[in-house]
Order: sequence, then C-alpha cells, then structure tokens
Amino acid sequence: MSSDDEDYLYDDDSDDSGNESTVNQDEDDDNDDFGMDIGLGEEASGSGGGGGGGLMMMVSGADKKGSDHAHPYEVLSTEQIVEHMVDCIKEVNSVIQIPTTTVRILLNHFKWDKEKLMERYFSDSQEQMFAEAKVVPPYKLGAKAMVAPDLGGRGVSLSAKSTLECEICYLTLPKSLTTALECGHPYCNSCWTEYITSKIMNEGASQSIECPGNCDILVDDVTVMKLVKDSKVKLKYQHLITNSFVDCNRLMRWCPAPDCPNAVKVQFVESRPVKCRCSHLFCFACSENWHDPVRCVLIKRWIKKCDDDSETSNWISANTKECPKCKATIEKDGGCNHMICRNQSCRADFCWVCLGPWEPHGSSWYNCNRYDEDEAKNARDSQEKSRAALQRYLFYCNRYMNHLQSLKFENNLYSMVKDKMDEMQQHNMSWIEVQFLKKAVDILCECRRTLMYTYVFAYYLKRNNQSELFEANQKDLENSTEHLSEYLERDISAENLVDIKQKVQDKFRYCDSRRRVLLDHVHEGYDRDWWVYTSDDITS
Amino acid sequence: MAGLPRRIVKETQRLMQEPVPGISAIPDDSNARYFHVVVAGPEGSPFEGGVFKLELFLPEDYPMSAPKVRFITKIYHPNIDKLGRICLDILKDKWSPALQIRTVLLSIQALLSAPNPDDPLANDVAELWKVNEVEAIRNARDWTRTYAMGN
Ligand SMILES: [Zn+2]
Ligand SMILES: [Zn+2]
Ligand SMILES: [Zn+2]
Ligand SMILES: [Zn+2]
Ligand SMILES: [Zn+2]
Ligand SMILES: [Zn+2]
Repeated sequence: MSSDDEDYLYDDDSDDSGNESTVNQDEDDDNDDFGMDIGLGEEASGSGGGGGGGLMMMVSGADKKGSDHAHPYEVLSTEQIVEHMVDCIKEVNSVIQIPTTTVRILLNHFKWDKEKLMERYFSDSQEQMFAEAKVVPPYKLGAKAMVAPDLGGRGVSLSAKSTLECEICYLTLPKSLTTALECGHPYCNSCWTEYITSKIMNEGASQSIECPGNCDILVDDVTVMKLVKDSKVKLKYQHLITNSFVDCNRLMRWCPAPDCPNAVKVQFVESRPVKCRCSHLFCFACSENWHDPVRCVLIKRWIKKCDDDSETSNWISANTKECPKCKATIEKDGGCNHMICRNQSCRADFCWVCLGPWEPHGSSWYNCNRYDEDEAKNARDSQEKSRAALQRYLFYCNRYMNHLQSLKFENNLYSMVKDKMDEMQQHNMSWIEVQFLKKAVDILCECRRTLMYTYVFAYYLKRNNQSELFEANQKDLENSTEHLSEYLERDISAENLVDIKQKVQDKFRYCDSRRRVLLDHVHEGYDRDWWVYTSDDITS
Repeated sequence: MAGLPRRIVKETQRLMQEPVPGISAIPDDSNARYFHVVVAGPEGSPFEGGVFKLELFLPEDYPMSAPKVRFITKIYHPNIDKLGRICLDILKDKWSPALQIRTVLLSIQALLSAPNPDDPLANDVAELWKVNEVEAIRNARDWTRTYAMGN
C-alpha cells in the first residue's frame, strides 16, 4: 500500500516540533531570565545541548521572596521551589560530581536528606545505593554510551546516513529531527514529545521516565523541558518534581487553597498562622484554616466529628430511639410498642416505652408495665446519656456553624462597605480617611473566625474556674461582635456620615480588644495548664 | 483505512512479510487494529502440538500504550488466567512505544516455553506448578490435547 518514498513525510504528525530545525539548538534563550539550569554541563552533552533551558519557568516576573519581613516565613512560587531544589542539588553536586538528574533521583530516594545521601555515597554500599534508588551508576552510564547503539536491525547507522527511521512512528527522518539520550537510541522529536507527555499526564511519572529503547537510561530534566512544548504538561512536570521535594521537607508546606501552586517555607515547625499570596490563611502545622485558640489536635478531631456526625441532627427527632442492643436508629412506625430492630444482624425485640427487652411484656402489646424494671432503666439511662452528649454537641456545633455561615457573607459585606466608602469620598473625605470601614470588616471577620473556633475549644473543655472566665470572655466577644455586625449591616445607612467614623472605630476597637483578651487568656491557660479536656471524646 | 497511523500500517506490512516462525497474526477484515493470532505450542513444552488462538487489539493511543492481548483457547499455564489474560511485564508497566506486536508475540511464545510460577496470575495453577511440577505438566498436556488440538 505505501512504499518507502512516502516515509519522508516528517511533517505530517508533528504539530509543534515540525518547524524546529533541531532540539539541540537553544531556541528558548528568551526564557532564560527565569530559567533554572539544572543541567550542570556534563549531562547536557548526550541529551539536549547547551543547558540553556533546564526546568524553565513558565511564569514571568515572579515576586521576590520575603515580601513580609515582619514574619519569618516565605511564600514560594513553583519557580522558587524549583530554585530551592536546584540549590540543594547543586550543594550535593559540588561534592559528588555526578549528573544532576541522578543527584535529584538519589536525593528523592533519601527524602531530600543530603547528609544521608553523602554518607551512603561514600560508604562501601555505594553500588547497592544506586540499585535501591533505581538509577544507573554514572560510571556505568559512561560505559554504555560508548557501546555502539543497537538501531533495531534496520541497518540505519547514525554516522553513515543523515536520515534514520524512528522506531516508534516508522517515519524516516533527518537526524536533526531526532533525539537520543546517552544510550544512543534515537527517536523522532514528535514521538519523544508524545511519549514523555503520556508518561507525565497519564502516569504521573516524573523521576522515572525511561528511554523507550530497551534500556534503563532515565530522561533528564533538560531533555524533558526541550521536548515538551505544552505549558500545561511542563507545569505538571514541575509540580510532580517539586511535589516530593515539598512533601519531604518539614519546613515547607503547599498552600491548601484549591489550585494554588504556592508553598510556604518557615524557619522552624510550629502551629502558627501563615498567609499565602493567594490570601489564604492557614495553620502551618496542620494545614487547616488558622484556628486560634484551638490546638491542631482538637481541630482535627472536631472536623472529623463534624464529618462523621453530619447525619446526627436528623435523627434527634422525637420519633427515633436507638436499639438498646446494637444502637441502630429505630423509628416508631405504628401504634404498637413492640419494636423489632431493623438491623438484620440484630433483630432485637424491645419495648418502645421502657426500652427493656420485649419478652417479659408478654401479650400486652399496647402498653408497658415494666417501666421501672432495672434492665429497662439501664437501657434508658444509656440512651439518655448519648442524647445528652448529642445535645451538647449540637449546641456547640450550631454556634460554630452559625459563624461559619456568617463568614460566607464576607464578600457581600466588603462590597457593601466599598459602596459606602465611595459615597463618603464623594462627600469630601479622602481615600485614606475612609479606610477605617474596610478595617472594620477585617476585624469583624477576624472576630467571627475566632468565635467560631472558641466553640470547638469550649466543646472539649471541662468546667473549672478558668473555663468560666473563658466563657465570660466568649460572651463579651460574641456580644460586641454582634453589635459591630449589626451596625455595619443595618444602622450605618441611617447615620450621619460624620458620626459614622467615630462610632465604627469605637466598636471595632472594642471588638478587637475583647478578642485579644480572650486569646491571651486561652494562651496563658496553655502555658499554665489550666485547660482540662473532656475525656469521652478524647481518645488517642 | 483512513485514520490508521503509519506505524500500524507499516508494522502490519512487515509482520506479513517476515512473520514470526510458529506464529500467525492476521488483521481483521473490518478492523485493522484487531488481529487474529495463532500460536503453535513450542517444541519440548507441554503445549507442543497445540494450536492456540489469541486476540490482539491495538488501542487508540498505540504505541504509547501496550496492545491488549488475550488467549481465546483455554490453556493450563501459571501466568495465564481463566479468562485468557496474560501476566507479562511488557504488556503492563514495562511497555515502551519502541516495542512492537512482534516483540509481544515472541514474548508470549517464550512464556509458553518457560512458565514462571513465581509471578503467577492463575494462583492454583502456579501453586501446583511449584509443589508438583510433574502433575502440573501433565495437566497442561491434557488441556492442550482437549482444547488446542484438532480444530
Ligand atoms: Zn517517531
Ligand atoms: Zn536507550
Ligand atoms: Zn495559596
Ligand atoms: Zn493547626
Ligand atoms: Zn438492634
Ligand atoms: Zn416496656
């Protein structure tokens, strides 16, 4: 059907690399401004030329680090994470002179513990280390490269002809449109691109993409960045490479906001608020939203409880009781008090009124005369207890949810206040003079956030003198926050513009001070061991 | 045959021109990605004398992903299960786009010559193969006679 002369159609499937004369040329020089060269010379020789493009940065004009000097943490963009990673690799590379891709894979293998890597490298088990990390030792790499490459028996020799057949697409192409790693297995650039793309996008591979030829040579970063043109794929590759770096690094954490590519780097690990450039505020230690005054363990427990108990409010209704044997929820579905548990593996018979076993009730199907029997009493007691615990939980949960709900209207409030600010500026107030309104909303939201978490704290708290003081503080903050909220949402429109500033400032300053008092008190309690937690919910 | 990649066209041509000894692979009349494969049981193996039918399908993203291959003829083999699915590394994680239908068929032929009960797919077969190889081989011969001969 086709003959070999048709083979010379190297344009037909190369959509993005077809116009490029050769991958070895540094056509990406314009990207070098943000470019990290992680090909440090020696490994670039076999793969992708001069080492211009390494892990290229996609986003230009990345912020410089340390935007907020008051706090000892940095928000790192993907590029800056790569930069850190490269520094780490370079440091090792200055001691151990092996290809950077190999260093990166080894570091990854040792969870980015440089010392461990060095120790193993200079030990007797060096060869074993390479095997464990599944990399070809660099001295073997050299040897392999010298062995003449097997060109699949098609008889095309690299040196003899200027064209060769790609073993993946079977097109015959000029050598300049093909790429080979150290092992010398050449494939056309568009097949390489398709191959690497499919490895990255479909398999999530990054560290372990092998040459398609029957060999273990790994594709290095320079080659990947040269061959892949699609920025989505490049980003995913960078993300995969940096993922393990960030995950292994105790001082770094990805911003948990959805789709945020940034990470935060701290000086030492502690539970503390960090704010990403995307404005998400979270706890460095546990990645949850910043949850002062509750501690990480309790907030985790609370969130889990909320997830587990999301159904609870449904079965609180008076029409359900729990089976005294298996605790399954039972609904009374008729006039008869003889209940049979719906749980197929339980099928307990009991009395709806006294919760005692049904059997002694005999044939009195419609009324109960055993209400005071011990067995029935115990069953009711335990039911009572679980009800009380549930009521208690719902009490705190409702308050928590209420503030969470209010916070969702944050944006409305900001836009409302913005209108007000515009109006005031039209009445001869300067921009700077009207900023107090935005500040008021900031503080309102902070107070709500704090209040929300105080209910989690309170839920787990055992009563003592200090807990009563805490509750008084909580009540004060609750009241002052509601006043501020009411004022901003309603009363403000009726006020004289001149009076507003004073009133708003008074209110938000008071809120802020109440908030400080509450937080300081809780923190003091942590230092002085005032807080005792309820035992029932706290295991582990 | 519009839309059929050059790779598949050429690979099929070459496969027809220089077939693998003991194996025939013929593309379906209506679907060039579907191959009717027949493998002769290798000499000296318990499958000798048997004729095994397989189906081979080249998925949409072939050669980026591996061909799908399955025995249609029942076979008693530790690396082939009841449904004819084959446990072969190059059909899974060791697949590379530089491999070919030819490589796959050769590997399957090799698997018939040298079953590998340490990497089993059919557990009971592999178990017997390890515990009592004589009986396992006898079973394999019986199955070959029953299912893979005279058809
Ligand atoms: Zn190709
Ligand atoms: Zn290779
Ligand atoms: Zn973020
Ligand atoms: Zn935390
Ligand atoms: Zn029950
Ligand atoms: Zn009763």
